[in-house]
Amino acid sequence: MNQTVTKYYETVIGLEVHLQLSTETKIFCGCANKFGEEPNSLTCPVCLGLPGSLPVLNKKSLEYGIKAGLAINCSINPLIKFDRKNYYYPDLPKAYQISQYDMPVASNGFLMITDEEGKQKRIRILRAHLEEDAGKLIHESACSLVDYNRTGTPLLEIVTEPDLRSPQEAYDYLQNLKLTLQYLDVSDCDMEKGSLRCDANISIREKGETKLGTKTELKNMNSFKAVKTALEYEISRHKSVIGSGDKIIQETRLWDESKQMSFSMRSKEEAHDYRYFPEPDLVPFIVSADRISEIKASIPELPFAKLERFIKEYTISEYDARIIIQDNAISDFFEECAKHYKDVKKICNWINGSLLQELNSRKSKLTEIDLGALELTKLIQKVDDEELSNLAAKDVLTFMIDSGKGADEIIKEKGLAQVSNDNDLEKIVEEVLAENKKVAAEIKEGKESAIGFLVGQAMKKTQGKANPKKVGEIIKNKLSND
Amino acid sequence: MISKEDVLNIASLSRIHLKDNEIDQLTKNLEDILEYITKLENLDVSNVEPTSHVLALENVYREDTVIPSLGQANAIKISADIQNGSFKVPKVIE
Repeated sequence: MNQTVTKYYETVIGLEVHLQLSTETKIFCGCANKFGEEPNSLTCPVCLGLPGSLPVLNKKSLEYGIKAGLAINCSINPLIKFDRKNYYYPDLPKAYQISQYDMPVASNGFLMITDEEGKQKRIRILRAHLEEDAGKLIHESACSLVDYNRTGTPLLEIVTEPDLRSPQEAYDYLQNLKLTLQYLDVSDCDMEKGSLRCDANISIREKGETKLGTKTELKNMNSFKAVKTALEYEISRHKSVIGSGDKIIQETRLWDESKQMSFSMRSKEEAHDYRYFPEPDLVPFIVSADRISEIKASIPELPFAKLERFIKEYTISEYDARIIIQDNAISDFFEECAKHYKDVKKICNWINGSLLQELNSRKSKLTEIDLGALELTKLIQKVDDEELSNLAAKDVLTFMIDSGKGADEIIKEKGLAQVSNDNDLEKIVEEVLAENKKVAAEIKEGKESAIGFLVGQAMKKTQGKANPKKVGEIIKNKLSND
Repeated sequence: MISKEDVLNIASLSRIHLKDNEIDQLTKNLEDILEYITKLENLDVSNVEPTSHVLALENVYREDTVIPSLGQANAIKISADIQNGSFKVPKVIE
């Protein structure tokens, strides 16, 4: 009898993240570490792999590696060395990549994520090692073109243990990792520019099984969302292969974003015979405990510690706090604002609303615009004092960011001060009532909700300058006295 | 022990084409080298730290300071074939 048995599978995922470090120069030579320059303009005998050239380690790249390692709770190894990983491909002019095999910068760390039941879960990090990036290949119809500008860009490869159990957990880990790394100023973490790249190892096994199933490696995902989708696709592929009685082949597969499918790279097995051996051109490096402490001291308060503190210290909602901590500069700005102005909820609303909108529409970071925390709180105060309507205040903020000028100056220049003067407002209300006799009559008959419409008309007439509260009161007064 | 298959595998990884008579000779040569190196196994190294480098040097760094690069024209001058400022190679797709 052929009976279908529903089997319950568990997914096992491990991630490898490659992070380009934002040093001024490459890892083993003095060529500038820059993106988007003319092909091969940033090359020298070292990164072109010319005979007789010798690599020398960029001190800063090691420090950045240590800093990142510490931030993800790794131990920093007191003795580190570099090794050659041999493979033959034109993106690598030496036919080997200088990497780290058995003595990496950092090992045994972890990052916390929130799992699907809302519990904190520890994702172990096996290691983080330094290596050089490869060049870029452009495939034409009849040939391939090689640009070695990227060759030698310092990379930190961060490898997890197979602790992730779903595509969502993988996505959350990546978000948390990126956020943590962004606080360190060691990389711009921009996936679109390739400064943060992620490969995923995935296998499935029957629930309760302790042995790992055969894994496949997924490459070529260019966003965190693509990582999640690719993993979801791969799980269903594994299930259908195993379900039909076949076996998963251990291989590397490329994610095709346009087709939303993974495809086997069909590379020869021998390609993975890397023949690691110690890099004879680089001596070992000893990292002193003092140096580690110094670098540790340079790490700012990290996002999740900050999140907890903000909720406690400022009694803001977790929702607000989460938005604010997405950017270290913004969280500092928030704290600066809180020194000048009491109502932190209002500060959150301004930062998470208008300010973020301004930044998004300009594609700018807070650090790239000229806006002081004190100036923003003054602006909020003006709304409280009814000198400005909320709407006008938003315009003032736009002008403040455009010009770098203070709120007072802009209000004066643009004549945006709120009209709160009773005589002026009465005139405006009279005009509005005259133009909207039908609505006025309805209000008199008890349709109070229509007052809002008339207030809106008054606001329109004054380009948002009228004090809406007062306008509402005057309308009510006038209609009840009639 | 080095087999003929080992030699062929190494040759393939190294992108070297070997003639039949070279395969036999290289098998013997590599075998001799390994046998010679095997003598080291007789040494007692239980009290010796693993060494990855023969020079008594450590922490040789450079500061993170830009040094002018060769520039595109100089860099690609050495290439047998160029296109659009890039090194042109036979089509390779992994």
